[in-house]
Amino acid sequence: MIKAILIFNNHGKPRLSKFYEHYSEDTEQQIIRETFHLVSKRDENVCNFLEGGMLIGGSENELIYRHYATLYFVFCVDSSESELGILDLIQVFVETLDKCFENVCELDLIFHVDKVHNILAEMVMGGMVLETNMNEIITQVDAQNKMEKSEAGIAGAPARAVSAVKNMNLPEMPRNINIGDISIKVPNLPSFK
Amino acid sequence: MIRLLYPVHIFSCNLGSNPTALLAEALSTVLSPTFLSKYSIKIKHLMCLLNFLLSSLPPVMKEIMVRAIYCEMLGYQASVSYIHAIKLAQQGSVLEKRLGYLAVSLFLNESDEFLLLLVNTVLKDLQSTNLNEVCMALTAVSQMFPKDMIPAILPIVEEKLTHPKEVIRRKAVLALYKFYLIAPNQVQHIHSKFRKALCDKDPGVMTASLHIYLQLVKESPESYKDLTVSFVTILRQVVGGKLPMDFNYHSVPAPWLQIQLLRILAYLGKEDQGTSEMMYDVLEESLRRAEMNHNITYAILYECVKSIYTVYPKAELLEKAAKCIGNFVLSPKINLKYLGLKALTYVVAQDPNLALPHQMTIIECLDHSDIIIKRATLELLFRITNAQNVTVIVEKMLEFLRQSSNDYSTVDLVGKVAELAEKYPFIKQDPLNLCNGMQPDIPNNFLRLLAEGFDSVEEDRQLRLFAVDSYVLLLQGETASLPQCFLQVISWVLGEYAHLRPDQASDPGKVMRLLTRLLDQRHASAQTRRWILSALTKLCSSPVESSLFSDWPVRLTAVFRGVPQVDSSLSFLDGHVSEALAAGAAPYKPPHQRQEELAHEKALSLEPYGLSLPVSLSTCSITDRLTDRQSPTRLSISSSVSGNSTELSLKGGSTTLKLDGVKRVWGKEGYLVQQPKEVVEETPLPPTELPSPLGSFQSPVSQTQTASPGPEPDQERQQLASSLFVGVGTHHSVCLVRSTACQSLRSSGHFIIVCCVSSPQVSCVSGDLVEEVKGHSVATCQYAVVMMRASVDVELAGLVSYQRVPGQPRATPFSLRLSLKHFIRPLTVSTGEYGKMWLSFSHDVKQNLRLITAGDQSPLTATLDTLRDRLHLHVVDIIGSEGIVACRLLRGQPCLLHCRVHADSLAVWLRSPIPEFPDSLLYHCQKALAEA
Repeated sequence: MIKAILIFNNHGKPRLSKFYEHYSEDTEQQIIRETFHLVSKRDENVCNFLEGGMLIGGSENELIYRHYATLYFVFCVDSSESELGILDLIQVFVETLDKCFENVCELDLIFHVDKVHNILAEMVMGGMVLETNMNEIITQVDAQNKMEKSEAGIAGAPARAVSAVKNMNLPEMPRNINIGDISIKVPNLPSFK
Repeated sequence: MIRLLYPVHIFSCNLGSNPTALLAEALSTVLSPTFLSKYSIKIKHLMCLLNFLLSSLPPVMKEIMVRAIYCEMLGYQASVSYIHAIKLAQQGSVLEKRLGYLAVSLFLNESDEFLLLLVNTVLKDLQSTNLNEVCMALTAVSQMFPKDMIPAILPIVEEKLTHPKEVIRRKAVLALYKFYLIAPNQVQHIHSKFRKALCDKDPGVMTASLHIYLQLVKESPESYKDLTVSFVTILRQVVGGKLPMDFNYHSVPAPWLQIQLLRILAYLGKEDQGTSEMMYDVLEESLRRAEMNHNITYAILYECVKSIYTVYPKAELLEKAAKCIGNFVLSPKINLKYLGLKALTYVVAQDPNLALPHQMTIIECLDHSDIIIKRATLELLFRITNAQNVTVIVEKMLEFLRQSSNDYSTVDLVGKVAELAEKYPFIKQDPLNLCNGMQPDIPNNFLRLLAEGFDSVEEDRQLRLFAVDSYVLLLQGETASLPQCFLQVISWVLGEYAHLRPDQASDPGKVMRLLTRLLDQRHASAQTRRWILSALTKLCSSPVESSLFSDWPVRLTAVFRGVPQVDSSLSFLDGHVSEALAAGAAPYKPPHQRQEELAHEKALSLEPYGLSLPVSLSTCSITDRLTDRQSPTRLSISSSVSGNSTELSLKGGSTTLKLDGVKRVWGKEGYLVQQPKEVVEETPLPPTELPSPLGSFQSPVSQTQTASPGPEPDQERQQLASSLFVGVGTHHSVCLVRSTACQSLRSSGHFIIVCCVSSPQVSCVSGDLVEEVKGHSVATCQYAVVMMRASVDVELAGLVSYQRVPGQPRATPFSLRLSLKHFIRPLTVSTGEYGKMWLSFSHDVKQNLRLITAGDQSPLTATLDTLRDRLHLHVVDIIGSEGIVACRLLRGQPCLLHCRVHADSLAVWLRSPIPEFPDSLLYHCQKALAEA
């Protein structure tokens, strides 16, 4: 499970923080500081894994990070996640941000915190990896953005009508699934039919 | 506040119209990141403003909420905006709702009461026809939802498992998983629905359900064995590329899904041959398919290797996996190296031999510039620790500790060193080194750890008890070398937790006596004394026998006066001494000089032997006690302080005292006898280069090493490797030769033989050994070993440094165990001399030994002969039922034995000027007689 996702810049200023486990306000700030302290000391050509600090839980948890230009992306995960898998997930996340914001930079994260959070919500839900396909994530986020535009246009209309229109406009996003190919057999399961 | 509102004011003045929109814009400015960092704004004022704007300006609430989220992330608690966030989620349009949910999930946590206000909204949204609203609600629910309210929405979430849209089904599965995590018993009944999700026609939903199964299988693999076939089928299809193309990532089919499945299979196949057999094929296939081309395939490979080593072993697969690990470890990519080390750490538990092929890489990693790699290497070494390599490994760990600054890894590593110290008791000194090497705050951290403890009470108790026990043990030994801060830690721990000792009730004074002893010692600093005293105070709260405190008034006064400033040069006696010298007294002579003089006197002594025998000495006892406390040379004549001085040392009429001889004469046990250096002939034959005689020694180690084409600089590492991996493999430390005395051998490209032999045998050993290796270049060095203080046996450790190629120094450690026996030599004295010496020796021990009966000899003669033969003692004389025996430490102090047959046993009385000598010798006498 992913415990926390942190983004901060080279000076340790937080740019995004999302905790999937509850910590008190103060602890969260301390975790950010401690993580920055740990990560910023690392050279460029060392490995991308770190043991968690005191706060985020020692040997149980691991910090997996990537450094892009001015930003550090840090995922704090427990032992049930694959290190290299998460490393690629960070890459997917950044590539998605780059597509959504067209050449993403630190300022995008500052002024569109909500959008970044929405993208993240399509990737990771409650600490579990939900989607790893960049196109799929972008389709979801785009659908919401479209909704934003349509809503702005019909701002004055009665709520029920809006809802009806929105439902009609919702783009169907069928995934090209070849059901015939994957046939999962679960044998001898009397519990359901 | 005024400064805050200033921009607001500017805006309203300049534009004049629509104050609401302007206010909002002003607030955006105020709350914008640049503004926040530019002015140090009083957060209280900011929040007042925020509250005012949020409640009065609904149209721009959205913008302001984003700012509030930003403030919250920076650590300013924007609690005034919480209620507005909930309002936004409740009442807003879809867009505002999304922001509202986002804000709520960032601001609030599961236990927050505000969340109750949200339950109805969530319910409503879950039932909404708008897919986006349903998605939002599910996301919010999986982030934070009050535990008690789960039953209210559970049926609706369950319903979503059959929703036509796959996104909704996926999110519903994950939401249910979250419910399972926070309240497992509430979702018991929907396990069958999880199975349905596993069979979902959409691979995305199936992937989501694997999160649940990973958790369930981890908790109880037994209940899910029947699903093994399904998981294997799924994995086979995924690996075989049966999934749609858009599941590919860098042309690898659904890598994250594969990783997940491999983990589940590992749990299922663990220690279960039947289940494991089902998955061998697919494991092999994924190992084969994952070609080394992208980061993500390494992830799959790593997972695959781990699974192969977790499930019931199959030789063929293990071999492939081992090769794979090799590729990881040898990879130039640092991330893979790290994972390779982790994988090795994981597998050496099953087969320590796996680490052997990678020795050199591991040694390299030990000096790697990346601290995390170093740390992983130490973790690996920790797993392969055995009695032979523990010292080297602990040394490496301590070295790391000195550099490390990460709190967590320090604590973890200290724990590991402590564990090793406990497991292999001969590295007992290490906790001390640990304290020496640590930064000053580590003891504090350690104390905090002890005091605050962990979650489990029992664990706490054990840890504290362990600390108390090891410290008591430590205090029973020599404490002079302990660092002050460590003494303070010890005092605190003992004061706080000594009551946990099981024998504390029966002997409450034990710990107190130890601490008291510490208090009396000169080396404890004032600060340490403070700690000790407070520990004692704590201990006093439990009932203690009053005798312990009888001398306390005196002791405390001494402490209060600050006794620590003891003048070891005894300069306060200067006046007195110079007076005495002026009055014609003889100047001070160092003890050995006096001893020599005494020896001359002895030669002239005509005192009958019988008179000086201990049995008839009752009349001399007073004198005896006197000599105990003073100089061994003073017999019965009373004398002044300068009694045995001569005028010689007063040169040029100077009145100042020569203090060279005076220093360090008075020890804590009274008069310190200076011991002349003693010598044992010992022949370490260190740098023996043996390029070819491997055959005669048949050492597999050396063969592998000569075979390895390692260039010269590698030699050093090879050496380290040989000491680190000693005993890990099957044949890695070979003791080649056994001779009469102790010797040991380390191989490291060539041989170093450290051989310790007692003098009489030197020639014969060198005949055996050195001759055999002669003809090759042999260097022999002889060193003498001195036993300064007698003890039963001693560990002789050292480092042989040598250069095979000039400019490349190398070193090999060795250690030998030497017994007191090796240092004992017969002391040839006459009966008269014996009598004189007897009186002058202060340390004595009495004990009954068993008598040996042998044929025609009398038991006394037989016993003494046995001792003579086995321990190299000199039997001075045998008169009737009494015998006197003498020996000395090699070129050192003597020990005299007086033996008397008493009933069936031999009453032995030993005397020596060295405190420990009689005890140690007695031990060897007992052993010799027991073996005879």
